Amino acid sequence: MEVDRRRKLLSGWGGAPVSSSDVVTVTPGRPGSDGRPGSDGWQGWSQQLRRPPEEGVIARGLGRSYGDAAQVAGGTTLDATGLHRILEMDAVNGFARVEAGVSLEQLMAASLPLGRFVPVTPGTRHVTVGGAIAADIHGKNHHVDGSFGTHVLALKLGAPGATLELGPDRDPEKFWATVGGMGLTGVVLEATLDLPAVETSYMEVDTERAADLDDVMARMEASDHEYRYSVAWIDCLAKGASMGRSVLTRGDHARLGQLSAKQLRSPLRFDPRVKLQAPGYVPSGLLNRFTVAAFNEAWFRKAPRHETGRVMPLGSFFHPLDGVGGWNRLYGSRGFLQYQFVVPFGREEALREAIGRLSSSGQASFLAVLKRFGAPSSAPLSFPSPGWTLALDLPIGDAGMTRLLDGLDELVTEAGGRIYLAKDSRMRPELLEAQYPGIHAWRRTRDALDPDGVMCSDLCRRLDVSGRHGGVSRCRSALSGDYRHDTTDTPPDRPTGMTSMADPAAERDGGGAPSYGGTGEGHAQTREGDRLERRSR
Amino acid sequence: MNDALGSPQSVLVLGGTSEIGRAIVRALVGERARLVVFAGRHPESMDGVVAELRREGASDVEAVRWDANAVGTHREVLGGLFSEHGRFDMVLVAAGLLGDQKVDEHDPESAAGVMSTNYVGPAAAMLVVADLLRAQGQGSMVVLSSVAGVRVRRSNFVYGSSKAGLDGFCQGLADSLVGSGVRLMIVRPGFVHTKMTAGMKAAPLSVGADEVAKAVLAGLRKSSPVVWVPAAMRPIFAVLSLLPRGLFRRIPG
Ligand SMILES: NC(=O)c1ccc[n+]([C@@H]2O[C@H](COP(=O)([O-])OP(=O)(O)OC[C@H]3O[C@@H](n4cnc5c(N)ncnc54)[C@H](OP(=O)(O)O)[C@@H]3O)[C@@H](O)[C@H]2O)c1
Repeated sequence: MEVDRRRKLLSGWGGAPVSSSDVVTVTPGRPGSDGRPGSDGWQGWSQQLRRPPEEGVIARGLGRSYGDAAQVAGGTTLDATGLHRILEMDAVNGFARVEAGVSLEQLMAASLPLGRFVPVTPGTRHVTVGGAIAADIHGKNHHVDGSFGTHVLALKLGAPGATLELGPDRDPEKFWATVGGMGLTGVVLEATLDLPAVETSYMEVDTERAADLDDVMARMEASDHEYRYSVAWIDCLAKGASMGRSVLTRGDHARLGQLSAKQLRSPLRFDPRVKLQAPGYVPSGLLNRFTVAAFNEAWFRKAPRHETGRVMPLGSFFHPLDGVGGWNRLYGSRGFLQYQFVVPFGREEALREAIGRLSSSGQASFLAVLKRFGAPSSAPLSFPSPGWTLALDLPIGDAGMTRLLDGLDELVTEAGGRIYLAKDSRMRPELLEAQYPGIHAWRRTRDALDPDGVMCSDLCRRLDVSGRHGGVSRCRSALSGDYRHDTTDTPPDRPTGMTSMADPAAERDGGGAPSYGGTGEGHAQTREGDRLERRSR
Repeated sequence: MNDALGSPQSVLVLGGTSEIGRAIVRALVGERARLVVFAGRHPESMDGVVAELRREGASDVEAVRWDANAVGTHREVLGGLFSEHGRFDMVLVAAGLLGDQKVDEHDPESAAGVMSTNYVGPAAAMLVVADLLRAQGQGSMVVLSSVAGVRVRRSNFVYGSSKAGLDGFCQGLADSLVGSGVRLMIVRPGFVHTKMTAGMKAAPLSVGADEVAKAVLAGLRKSSPVVWVPAAMRPIFAVLSLLPRGLFRRIPG
């Protein structure tokens, strides 16, 4: 086993924010050298967890989280990509046991020839299984198949105190705290996943153009259930009557009978090559509202008005951007951010309002993705919940962006929706508890797994996800010894702000919780109290 | 933590009562800043600002004593603030002294005070801050330099040279921070209406402190290494820097 430790600058896929940490890469010895595959790498890591740096430890996969979820400023980042063995593949029963650093591409390459696919894939194959579990990722099949976590049969978690075997039927609370837990319960070491059967590596796809937002939503509501995979690409720059114009693509795995004679020669062929490489340097302004609007226009016109039963390789259907290596560099050195929210069914007006604001803001956005989510997983911090989700990229730079997105955050929160933590890099921390009401229970489970608060990330500190960083202003090290365990069974606080948002009367009476800003003397006094208590220790 | 748009959650201001500093902090509190510590020579005069920022959404605001020229105390005072508050995402260096050129030209002690307050003191403090931020793995320093240091003029060379020293120091320090997760942004305002310039004849293209704040936020968002306020100062000084000495000397002001 080799352990390599060096200080590195890291960011998420969006390029910002950046921070430096000690990155520890563990390369395990030859398989089976100690009789237990996978344990080598874990030994290297568990040393890090035993003597953790004060700033904390977090695991990192392929760095496809957009924001700061997989880095920990001043702490230790465990590079999980060194642990990438497929330990078991059972094509007959349809499951695989893999190390956490195995990528979905690697898994597909191994399973497709055996007639098995991955249960859920996001818009890129370049994510690790560990990261997929930590973010409880979703794909175009969420309305049918649910999130990634619902397909995990078992996992091995390296928590700071112990190594645990978890599953939906084995210590379920800890299992579901780890699914969607953003790496904050420990390090996922191995996982067993179910792998759905496929006859071919091709997709049969129906494409239709929708004239505007109402049109696309109506089509999705009417017939999404007929397809296993469904997604709409929305042009967020289109205004007026064509606001929300979209191209809806839906499909399923193609059956053998649908392939051409040529395709039938190797029906399970999988060719993951990168076809284009983004140039090394791109000026930051290249993608502006004019170039992007022109692109969106051309793309919309190019799409067929209505086409059914087109057979295409699954890579073109699921991962079109994986064909362009390093596409995130197209946004230049300032980077970009990805914004994704979900609002519940029944709150369509919030979705309409959000798309309206985006389109009239003129913020240059490439095609946004609209999708309907199905049933949620049992994970308290999991993002997908029944409703409409919209995801879009925005280049960083425009002055109006902060206000626009802050406004959307509030709109979404008020509608009972939430922001995707794996993509966030800028949300107002005050909104977190309102968006994820299960977070109080999650924090107690998390604390049981990691009582000293070793696991930490920049995301965790920025939003105080673990609740151990002294609230929204402190970003304190959780290890500095000033954290008091909340032993009560009642959730500590009602989500700040939401009472006053939902019930204006509460604020009028002066009886409401502090509003979003956490303003007011009351708040300051509490903190003052905290500090006194800390000093008196 | 600093977010993707460069907005900090906690800010330490060196040069507590600076009006430009206050304008920047107010803008930052409008974004994500919730913890603000002002360090300066007159913390007792800061009560109004502290209350104002609390009203505007900051949850923790305090003012502490710190003197830029007490170089021997920097490590202890600044280190103490970092360990008390855990971390600072941004350190804003605003301390400065304009002095009175006519007096300073003939008074070595007074001139040395200006030089020290603008250059030696803040630069020494930044060395301490740089180490603390490096250890954090993330943070930003925003330093109020001045166009006066870009090309030093006859009419205010005591102040101008000290800003030139500070500016050069910051360029080198910024380079030394590459790869550390810490960035340093140099701000070069022209004439800003504050108590520092009160009673003086405004120079062309003068701005208010809020305009400096706006430019600083934009610079943070774009990760700019240098921000000129107003932006037109940049081309103007590009030209001024090329003028022959004889000609430059004769420009009034
Ligand atoms: N105003 C302009 O036109 C202009 C233009 C370009 C650059 N700048 C620079 O911008 C910065 C802020 O200027 P401003 O306009 O906001 O002026 P200001 O309100 O006078 O602020 C300067 C602050 O520096 C503090 N200071 C002075 N000596 C100090 C010392 N020994 N230790 C600690 N703090 C000390 C003072 O606070 P205490 O007295 O309370 O200690 C004062 O509030 C300065 O560096 C200035 O050179 C200003």
